Amino acid sequence: MKLIQEYIEFWEIRYENIFSYLLEHLTIAFVSIIFAIIITVPLAIGMTKMKNERLKQSIFNVANFFQTIPTIALFALLIPIFGIGFTPAVVALFLYALLPLLRNTYAGVESIDQGIVEAAKGMGYSTVQRLAKVELPIAVPYIMSGIRITTIYIISWTTLATVIGAGGLGDLVMAGIGSNNTFMIFTGTALAIILALTVDLIFGIIERRLSVSRG
Amino acid sequence: MIQLKNVNKVYEDGFHALKNINLTFEEGKLNVLIGPSGCGKTTTMKLLNRLIDYTDGELTVDGKLISDINPIELRRQMGYVIQSIGLFPHMTIFDNVATVPKLLKWDKQKISKKVDELLKMVDLDPEMYRERYPHELSGGQQQRIGVIRALAAEPKIILMDEPFSALDPISREQLQDELVRLQKEINKTIIFVTHDMDEAIKIADQIILMRDGEVVQKGSPHELLTNPINQFVEDFIGEDRLRQARGLPPMTAFVNEDYPSVKVTASLDAAIHVMVDKKKDQMPIVDADDKYLGILSLYDAVKNRDSEIKELVDESVIAYRESAEVEKFVASKETIAPIVHEDMTFIGVLDQDQLLEVLHEQIDQKSGVTS
Repeated sequence: MKLIQEYIEFWEIRYENIFSYLLEHLTIAFVSIIFAIIITVPLAIGMTKMKNERLKQSIFNVANFFQTIPTIALFALLIPIFGIGFTPAVVALFLYALLPLLRNTYAGVESIDQGIVEAAKGMGYSTVQRLAKVELPIAVPYIMSGIRITTIYIISWTTLATVIGAGGLGDLVMAGIGSNNTFMIFTGTALAIILALTVDLIFGIIERRLSVSRG
Repeated sequence: MIQLKNVNKVYEDGFHALKNINLTFEEGKLNVLIGPSGCGKTTTMKLLNRLIDYTDGELTVDGKLISDINPIELRRQMGYVIQSIGLFPHMTIFDNVATVPKLLKWDKQKISKKVDELLKMVDLDPEMYRERYPHELSGGQQQRIGVIRALAAEPKIILMDEPFSALDPISREQLQDELVRLQKEINKTIIFVTHDMDEAIKIADQIILMRDGEVVQKGSPHELLTNPINQFVEDFIGEDRLRQARGLPPMTAFVNEDYPSVKVTASLDAAIHVMVDKKKDQMPIVDADDKYLGILSLYDAVKNRDSEIKELVDESVIAYRESAEVEKFVASKETIAPIVHEDMTFIGVLDQDQLLEVLHEQIDQKSGVTS
């Protein structure tokens, strides 16, 4: 009982701080993911129409390369270029988001039954019409699921952005470690989990809405 | 009318897919392209809507060179049905069927009327099916939608690429019947690709049999069945179908020449004696020149012992010319079939045991029982 009382007191004193950390966290995660979507989704769709296999493979290799760099190292590597704070954090997370988004979007458009594509072609859709009226609508649920998974990763990785002074819930955890404050560590961790789960839930609903009635 | 003159297709890697194809697809006819896989039948069909372009030769539709027509425009003027059906899963049945009319920017009411009309044509209630999604329909129903989708913009030409081969046998049969019926109603030029000879024989006006990028034989199903030009055609059609097409052999094949006959001038007692001796209850009677007169039955003979043969001969039992088709006898209700030469000279009677045996064989083959 005493513990709960103390924890409530902790929130009473710190809630403004906690919310600003939460907001920071969300901002970093969403800015990076939105930039990543803007770049990768059209790129991946373009790649499905690309005939040059080697170029396609090179693009995947680049995206793959960023994925292989340890998260903490990537943050550190960006310091000489972007300094510390918000910008390098967003850049690093953006680079991480590239591969899963690229792969899912590409696979989504590619996975469309060739019969459907052939029927659309044979009935006289132009390439642009086919993309807009047939291929994209069918691929949207796949693309959405890519965005959903990537967003959850990014929310989790944003916790590490604290090491380059970008703030977010990671700050709370790090400060808790520094001052041996279990409440702070617990709150930071729990909020990151809740945030990820909530986003997962919301995106899941959107995804289901988009794929309703198509079997 | 579609005409291919010396059409060749050579791929970049040097593969010669089509070699000097010369074909004519007449207006309003159902043309079937058939052959083993890799023979070029699908390639030939895809030349027509320019999903594949030929490399050499001339392909005209109603006299217009196909390479001068914009492929997108061209495709909107031709119906296209494919094996994997290819309905758009995110669109309702209505939107699927309305695809090409919408691309052609038809008036909304006209589209709606057309879709309902087409759904009724394949026995699907518009009220019930318009707003459904493809996955809610059975495979057979889906391909019905696939077919009417190709008909929606009233094209003169319809291309069908093995449209029924992925369906279960019952749906396949039904759709084949429906296609034949539809074709009579709508009278389109249909180019139909298949590898199923039964299907081709059933639906085609013209069959084009291909192998290794060449046309081996073309003609009506009857022509192919009765006059295959070489061993490959025979093998592809299959022994069973050829035999069935030939039908039953003529009367001569079944003639029993040992069957006794009696001259009309003989005594009735002699005739009865022969019948009893040979265990026959009916006997052909011939004149002095062996020309067939009629049948004497044992029953009549015994009942009227005092009469002469000529009074008892039943002349209503007709004789069959030896060249006649045995089907004629099978269709009649006679119990005996005398067989004669052209000049009515008696040869013998039809051997019914042998006929029965041949008939049984045919029935077994049709039902697929091997003996």
